[in-house]
Amino acid sequence: MDRRKSLQTLILGGAAATSGLVFNSCKTENGESVDQDIVASSEKYFGRTPAELERIEKLNAQELFNGHEMDTIAALSVVILPPKEPHGGPIEAEVPALVEFMGKDVPEMAPILLGGLMWLDHKCNTEFGTEFKSATLEQKKQICDEICWHDTEKPLSEQPLEIQFFYTMRGLTVTGYYTSKVGIADLGYKGNSPNVWDGVPQDILDQHGVAYDPEWIAKCVDQSQRNVIAEWDDEGNLLT
Amino acid sequence: MQIKESSELFDVIIVGSGAGGGMATKQLADAGLNVAVVEAGPFFDPADPKTMTQLKQPYDSPRRGAGTTRAFGEWDMSWGDWEVEGEPYTHAEGTEFKWWRARMLGGRTNHWGRISLRFGPKDFKGKTRDGHGDDWPIGYEDVKPYYDKLDKLIGVFGTNEGRENDPDGFFLPPPKPRLHELFYINGAKKSNIPVIPGRLSMLTKRINEDRGVCFYCGQCGRSCQIYADFSAGSCLIFPAQKSGGQVKLFVNSMVREVITNEEGKATGVSYINKEDRKEYMLRGKVVVLAASACSSARILLNSKSKQHPNGLGNSSNLVGKYLHDSTGSSASGVIPGLMNRKTSYNEDGVGGMHVYSPWWGDNSKLNFPRGYHIEVWGGMGQPNYGFGWDPNALNQYFGLKSGGYGDSLRDDVKKYYGSVIGFGGRGEAIAYKDNYCEIDPTTVDQFGIPVLKFNYKHSEYEKNQAKHMQDTFEEIIHNMGGHYLGEKPGKDRDYGLNKPGEIIHEVGTTRMGDDPKTSVTNKFQQLHDADNVFIVDAGVFVSQADKNCTWTIMALSWRASDYIIEQLKAQNI
Repeated sequence: MDRRKSLQTLILGGAAATSGLVFNSCKTENGESVDQDIVASSEKYFGRTPAELERIEKLNAQELFNGHEMDTIAALSVVILPPKEPHGGPIEAEVPALVEFMGKDVPEMAPILLGGLMWLDHKCNTEFGTEFKSATLEQKKQICDEICWHDTEKPLSEQPLEIQFFYTMRGLTVTGYYTSKVGIADLGYKGNSPNVWDGVPQDILDQHGVAYDPEWIAKCVDQSQRNVIAEWDDEGNLLT
Repeated sequence: MQIKESSELFDVIIVGSGAGGGMATKQLADAGLNVAVVEAGPFFDPADPKTMTQLKQPYDSPRRGAGTTRAFGEWDMSWGDWEVEGEPYTHAEGTEFKWWRARMLGGRTNHWGRISLRFGPKDFKGKTRDGHGDDWPIGYEDVKPYYDKLDKLIGVFGTNEGRENDPDGFFLPPPKPRLHELFYINGAKKSNIPVIPGRLSMLTKRINEDRGVCFYCGQCGRSCQIYADFSAGSCLIFPAQKSGGQVKLFVNSMVREVITNEEGKATGVSYINKEDRKEYMLRGKVVVLAASACSSARILLNSKSKQHPNGLGNSSNLVGKYLHDSTGSSASGVIPGLMNRKTSYNEDGVGGMHVYSPWWGDNSKLNFPRGYHIEVWGGMGQPNYGFGWDPNALNQYFGLKSGGYGDSLRDDVKKYYGSVIGFGGRGEAIAYKDNYCEIDPTTVDQFGIPVLKFNYKHSEYEKNQAKHMQDTFEEIIHNMGGHYLGEKPGKDRDYGLNKPGEIIHEVGTTRMGDDPKTSVTNKFQQLHDADNVFIVDAGVFVSQADKNCTWTIMALSWRASDYIIEQLKAQNI
């Protein structure tokens, strides 16, 4: 392809890609509308470059854990963070898939996870004559109780593998849950959506024993004027 | 291989499309000049849904936002970070420097913090003030008219406070402080540390019909799809094109060198087209380098010819010298008063601090000559990979055990959500000739272009300043009734002082001055050695203040552009 043509295609391609927007108009609590066309989260793209997409496809094509190991991960995750109505738990949050993906994305994590899963079954077989995933909840807890406390004074890498394993699995389980749709609902996070910030609500200020300084607030944005084009006098005083 | 030469003769070739290059593009194209912009990375438009990360949910990605492929996290809008594949850099033994490169239209302005601080009158006259470093050949009064125009063109929120070295401007109104920022204001007050509204280039109010108004998602680092924050592509280059300017973009084009003729004047640039890996040449009457302080120095040093045997613009041997970055040291604390928060409201706010502390100290009474400002972060942010990892690690500050499992982990996560406040000190380092980048003759990048080798060491002044930052942070945390997180770094860890380059404010490699023996460009950013070559990135800074460099890069680029237009009109170049 001719150099110039390929450049123009590339550039036009970028600009033309703005078609197919999902519009989102939003009326906020204080009545000020965000009157802009804002693209909602798209399932199809999540902003990866071609090289990044290639990496994800490559990782997805690899298998780190077999079916038994995936079952064991699932079984452990719900002991770590039991499901709770109405926002489910690690399974609804797809924690096992995250564990598998991160084990491949961050290769240093793989031996800890693989070795830890083997340890878990070995321990469970020795103590109770059964694999971890088939053990009773009481038996599972008995094993977890032994490995769920790490020494906070010592680097994790200097502690027994099973301690490192549990620490890593707890991390992946809790972070996996709270970065999922159900976990975000459980947390109550209200952000990541268009709105008009107009300060901390009064009940929150009261709860935490702080107040706005009227002099400070007088300098802040008057959100009813946000769409009026800014104009200043020669001294830099905002007129609009 | 024969180098393919363009038939078109451009009035101006601009190398780089970030803050400096974007501003030069806008000003020179608006003046009717025929401009070529050469960018090493691909095209990027924050409004393109394919590349957009704004408003993504963590669960849109299989890694939930983890930073495996992007150093500042998966959603950060920088293509390239401390490492760029196939483009290494090296270090002199025993020295450190970290170099962030964003390979994309708009460069690092797509993800930067948007903290937009003018330099003050004292910042241009460091040597006069305390004997360290050098004075700039210009003063605040030379730059003020450009800062004023810049405020109005780009938009920056803030307040006029009448502070001597933190000049007033034409500000949009700031957003109200968030909860943790109210705690900070109270905590800092107890130590007589001033706190004023932040100054960031996000539109809290409309400035024209082409750009949107902030919708408070707190994600400016992902680049705003409605152009409510400043990025060089969306706010300078696209508007220059839209108003009918002659702007030709050459993307994925890696400049190797500036070509000069028998008289030593520039005739154009040569670049590698990354798509076919062949070398091309663009012809221009004027060459403007805006590739970033270190990249522009690299291009100059690689532009060797009979007339410029030492590299272009390097008769002084100063290209690459006086490299310096802002200093940085950070801390965080858990604040009991911010625990057990209600999550009934959205407090994302703008993507940065609503309040900050400009430098308040008297350096004549301290063991370091220059100041720093304090940036503050905290709040109930979007959970991403890593959130809740060690869900009750903070228990150790309250006499409780960390670890365990079960339903109580949910309570732990909620108890501590939004209870941590962090501080970044960002200060001025002294520019030293001995801190520099040079060409490493033993190493080339994947395009065959010799790479940079860095040689940079902090002095005791920077370390003393970092100690002061740490002591200040600890005091403010205690004022807020909180606990300093982790072990406070002492002398053995240089008081937490960041490695050079890590604050991503590198400047000084092609500094301006009146004397060609002690500077690379004149005060209009024109090479002393070739009058049709200009530098409009932070290379020309004589000193980096305790401010962030972007606002000054743009004001100076605008000023240099005016000079170029004037000189072309007068047929002097």
